[in-house]
Amino acid sequence: MLCELGKMQLGEKKGTEEQRHECDSRALKSQFGAEFRRFSLDRYKPGKFEDFYKLILHIHHIANLEVMIGYADVHGDLLPINNDDNFFKAVSSAHPLLRVFIQRQDEVDYSNFGTNTLSRKKKALVTLRNDNLRRRPHINISMPHDFRPVSSIIDVDILPETHRRVRLYRHGCEKPLGFYIRDGTSVRVTPHGLEKVPGIFISRMVPGGLAESTGLLAVNDEVLEVNGIEVAGKTLDQVTDMMIANSHNLIITVKPANQRNNIIRSSRMSGSSGQSTDSTASHHSLPTSHVLQNFHPDEMESDEEADIVIEGGLEPQHIPKLHSLTSSSLSRINGSSLSHRLQRDLVLNNNSGRESNGNIHKLLSSLKTDPRHSLVIPRGGIEEDGTVITL
Amino acid sequence: MRRFLRPGHDPVRERLKRDLFQFNKTVEHGFPHQPSALGYSPFFRLMAIGTRSGAIKLYGAPGVEFMGLHEENNTVMQIHFIPDQCQLVTLLDDNSLHLWSLKQHKGASELHEEHRFTLKGPPGSPPSATQVTAVLPHSSREVLYLGTESGNIFVVELPSFRVLEDRTITPEAVLQRIPEDNCNRRSCELVEALREHPKNHSQILIGYSRGLIVLWDLQNNKATHHFLGSQQLENLYWQRDGSKFISCHSDGSYTQWPVSSDNRQPEPLENTVPYGPFPCKAISKIYWQTTKNGLPYIIFQGGMPRASYGDRHSISVIHGSQQTAFDFTSRVIDFFIIFSSDPAAEFEDPAALVVLAEEELVVIDLKSAGWPAVHPPYLASLHCSAITCSHHVSNIPLKLWERIISAGSKQNIHYSSMPWPIDGGTNIAPDPPQRDLLLTGHEDGTVRFWDASGVCLHLLYKLSTVRVFLTDADPNDNMNTLGEDEWPPLRKVGTFDPYSDDPRLGIQKIYLCKYSGYLAVAGTAGQVLVMELNDEDAEHVVDHAEADLLQDQEGYRWKGHEKLKTRDGPVRFEAGFQPFVLVQCHPPAVVTSLALHSEWKLVAFGTSHGFGLFDHQQKRLVFVKCTLHPSDQLALEGPLSRVKSLKKSLRQSFRRIRRSRVSSRKRRGGGGNSSEEMELAPVQRKIEARSAEDSFTGFVRTLYFADTFLRDSSRHCPSLWAGTNGGTVYAFCLRVPPAERRMDEPVRAEQAKEIQLMHRAPVVGILVLDGRSTPLPEPLEVAHDLSKSPDMQGSHQLLVVSEEQFKVFTLPKVSSKLKLKLTALEGCRVRKVTVANFGSCKTDDYSENDLAVLTNLGDIQIISLPFLKLQIRYPCIRKEDVSGIASCVFTKYGQGFYLISPSEFERFSLSTKWLVEPRCIVDVPEVTSNNHVHKSGTENATRKSRGPGKTPGDCGEDERKSGRLMEHALLNDEKVLKEIQSTLEGGRGRRDHIPTSPRNRTLSIRIQKLCRKKFGKKSVRTWTK
Repeated sequence: MLCELGKMQLGEKKGTEEQRHECDSRALKSQFGAEFRRFSLDRYKPGKFEDFYKLILHIHHIANLEVMIGYADVHGDLLPINNDDNFFKAVSSAHPLLRVFIQRQDEVDYSNFGTNTLSRKKKALVTLRNDNLRRRPHINISMPHDFRPVSSIIDVDILPETHRRVRLYRHGCEKPLGFYIRDGTSVRVTPHGLEKVPGIFISRMVPGGLAESTGLLAVNDEVLEVNGIEVAGKTLDQVTDMMIANSHNLIITVKPANQRNNIIRSSRMSGSSGQSTDSTASHHSLPTSHVLQNFHPDEMESDEEADIVIEGGLEPQHIPKLHSLTSSSLSRINGSSLSHRLQRDLVLNNNSGRESNGNIHKLLSSLKTDPRHSLVIPRGGIEEDGTVITL
Repeated sequence: MRRFLRPGHDPVRERLKRDLFQFNKTVEHGFPHQPSALGYSPFFRLMAIGTRSGAIKLYGAPGVEFMGLHEENNTVMQIHFIPDQCQLVTLLDDNSLHLWSLKQHKGASELHEEHRFTLKGPPGSPPSATQVTAVLPHSSREVLYLGTESGNIFVVELPSFRVLEDRTITPEAVLQRIPEDNCNRRSCELVEALREHPKNHSQILIGYSRGLIVLWDLQNNKATHHFLGSQQLENLYWQRDGSKFISCHSDGSYTQWPVSSDNRQPEPLENTVPYGPFPCKAISKIYWQTTKNGLPYIIFQGGMPRASYGDRHSISVIHGSQQTAFDFTSRVIDFFIIFSSDPAAEFEDPAALVVLAEEELVVIDLKSAGWPAVHPPYLASLHCSAITCSHHVSNIPLKLWERIISAGSKQNIHYSSMPWPIDGGTNIAPDPPQRDLLLTGHEDGTVRFWDASGVCLHLLYKLSTVRVFLTDADPNDNMNTLGEDEWPPLRKVGTFDPYSDDPRLGIQKIYLCKYSGYLAVAGTAGQVLVMELNDEDAEHVVDHAEADLLQDQEGYRWKGHEKLKTRDGPVRFEAGFQPFVLVQCHPPAVVTSLALHSEWKLVAFGTSHGFGLFDHQQKRLVFVKCTLHPSDQLALEGPLSRVKSLKKSLRQSFRRIRRSRVSSRKRRGGGGNSSEEMELAPVQRKIEARSAEDSFTGFVRTLYFADTFLRDSSRHCPSLWAGTNGGTVYAFCLRVPPAERRMDEPVRAEQAKEIQLMHRAPVVGILVLDGRSTPLPEPLEVAHDLSKSPDMQGSHQLLVVSEEQFKVFTLPKVSSKLKLKLTALEGCRVRKVTVANFGSCKTDDYSENDLAVLTNLGDIQIISLPFLKLQIRYPCIRKEDVSGIASCVFTKYGQGFYLISPSEFERFSLSTKWLVEPRCIVDVPEVTSNNHVHKSGTENATRKSRGPGKTPGDCGEDERKSGRLMEHALLNDEKVLKEIQSTLEGGRGRRDHIPTSPRNRTLSIRIQKLCRKKFGKKSVRTWTK
């Protein structure tokens, strides 16, 4: 099998990268300041990570540098290779080409791994988090950042222990959200004693869906809030619409049906069962919860998409006589020109933003838009569909 | 910090909001759904209609209407006016009696329920003992006679509803002096009819269902005459002089009986089966009306030959040799005759026959030759053919108004010229401030133009698009076929025709330019017609153009309905709106959006496949744009399912509109059951993000023309905007040649922008705000000096309303400036949105533009422009009432209409300034004694005092006066408003105007409560699109 390597030019990083297919192990100095190597590995016996690491350092002649190795997974996300397991996973996911990226260890921005790898405008909130992370001395023992977050428990410090606030990251994830809600009744303690009140409950999980895979939500959990808004007094359809409207960044506060797995605030450990790596991860990255604790809907805008605007300086689309000329061919042409334009815009956006991340983003996005590559395009990725370009 | 400074806590703004906004449901237009009873007061000339949902509505002169609702929500079975009094008694199907009265309150009459009463038998008696079958309010106004199933006649005192047990007429007492062979208990089983003697008020005629009729003397408490009928009795009617009465029977016969002092047990004078000799259906009601010329009018319901015409709903009128059986398209509920109410008059001289059928009210002029129908000024059957869409145009210029009326009057020549005979009460509401048109599109391809300025929704003109197309049925097919020798002499009357020849003719979108008289109409089979108003009949060829919206998309096959076939050659059109060009979309899918720009002479149309722009001046297609998503697998590979579902959903939606009311009002007592069922099978909802792969993303939801800065901030140009179901907005830059070269140079268009909303919700509205943040005026509005010209100096803004968010973008560079997320915060979606102008009720010089929004929960919200702040929210429509929500249409001045049943529009107002609601008065005579002579005196006096305005000539005068007033309104709205306001203030004081609204509010709250009670916790699937 083939392994394609892109080595970032050490030191300076800028400019767009165009991936080229070159023959085995041949170095190609690109005009953009990165190098590419292409070599082959045995898909079924990839060997150990250690060996792979050495191999890469050798190929790139950078033996005395600490580097971080990453790869583009099937979803187009940048994921790290730093142990035997994920190395094996990376190799097995290659079909047939595996793109490997190498960055200097001290320049790695961990937040780039995982979600939203695609060129998305990240505003205040995320930046804040990144800064926090960057300032902390990096510990190499376990690397929570090496995983792509799909969910997290947030606001543990301000919520009652019986409640759980779960954030589902849908972006860059092929999985459906995958759960159903229903009407029901719950018992509340009121000044007049116990009272039955209507409530909204999770009724079903879709196997393999995001909600199920997080392990943080379960059937019969009562939904209390959706993105900071209480659901009390709202109908099932209203809550459904709210969840769908917030689906790109869904934060739901539930009262789990199973109260035994609750987080005990004094300890740093989660309950014994129902614990997932993700929740552990969220514990380690406590700053996250600090940032989000005073969550307000308006602030979540930062996570929100910008609408795509395509300004067309297009050739006139014009029909001389009654539908004698169908403009479909024209519109196709327009479409592709629009998409090029869009790509350029996106790239520029990134450049002006944070330079250090820009490079990888660009690499990835250019990878994805290249139709020759067989990477599966994620839902959140760029697709070129004739005239319409979607993010 | 900013979250503590919540909007709406500014006290100045709060006060202003109170001056601007106010929610009222003001009046119901149209025909009451499922009428079940009819009553008439000849003295007040008021008509009452009861419905199956327990509502009663009173109608008099145009503009005079009252409404009441029984708390029980039960069917109204009978309505009886208390003679010569503003009171009426209703009998519901739960055997309860209710006394209603019209009382004057602060200068206007109001209808109130005074008492309720249920007849109670002795303990242990069967319920049939007290089941009321006949009600007779005695002319003494002191007692009610209640005939029951048991044959007992109870006497009840008014208004207290105290049973006078000693005066009960028992079957035993009745049977005392009857020959042996008729003397069994069963002959007095059920009281079918009770009629008071027209001259001698101490005698009443009692008809039992088995045929026995008894004349009862109330003073001596005994039967004076016995009439031994052999046939099952249906009804009775006295002749005016009291010398004879007539009975009608279940075998289709009627019988005359003499009443004289010498024969106490007379034989019938005459027994006739009018439609014999074959078995006939029952005659359920009969009138015998005397005239000066001696020939009586015999008017009866039913009696048709059972085998061949048993399914007809007919009322026959026989006058000498003239005989006509009026044939109704829906069941006859009841009817009455309007005749001279003067008791001193020797003859009745019937003037009009008023028939309440299930779906319409028909009034027939009996004085004119040929008995033509009278055009009703209210109670119009909106649903003659099912309503498929509606469009409201405010403030119609007088010129256009007159032309539409004149076109309409040519269509109404077959109507009688008789003034509306039901003319009780006085309308004291101020004249409507402006002329408003409501246009309804119908399933049969017609567009009806309604005068929606005032309380009476009145049909002005009917436009049919059928003539352009070749349909299977000839439109003249079902017209009256009145042959001379035909028997029975049936004649079709009424306009209700629920059967559509071809559903493809259905009208889906309407756009009228009130300045130029251009009208664009689009239908179910992708047809777009552009029309022009012509005052003369004309014969011309309709130009025909095809718009291929698919643009050779591969692998797509349309499996839906065919396009309509057009007529070749010239077509004759009557005066009015005449089509001159037809654009046929291909595939012929439902037209989902339509826009017309009369200044640029362009029409834009969109379907589920794309949209196009047509130049109707040069009759040339400018461009088409396919909006189908190439990844829309469903659209490309599974056309069958797509087409089917679209067709199906359309069908179902119409069916639902028709059916929803029936099911909702008929349900009774099943509440407990359904909630149990709900718990067994909980409703669940899937939570899934929208993706681009959803079908129907290409569905064009909205089209908008604007002259704005699309390319750069220095030059503005005409533009066309389109929004789709998938959250995409397309903007096209248009180049329209100047007027002098308009015919020589082609209109050019090029795509300038494409915006994909990230949340992908359907775009339901697009609007451009000028430099002063005011919405751009309508085409030609500025040219007619009716609007300030837009500010073209400052920067324009683009407002995109999706089902989930409101978003303001800058122009020409589109970047997001401001947004309001509705769904993410409240879980409701935008269904309808319009810009409305709200004026302050305190100061004349302040008005502002806001967005009026209807959500899928049936709430109405007002959102400020341009800052998108929620101002106020009112619950308006039940959220289960999907057809009501779908039918809602807003006006430009903060009013709105929605269908509360297939045949009724509810009118509501959000504005403090523009309020159209009934305000009327019925003069109640002073009743000092029960002396009948005295009574007739007062009656004459009051009738005389109401004299002017009732004669036909004066009526016309009134109309002309209001016409002049409205013309004035057009010239200077504010001046008239001041005038109206000052009359309000001067006449009765300001506050007088308000009291009627709380009444309406309590009524609407009551309706809501009842609905909630009925539907309980049952959650009904929301109907999307």
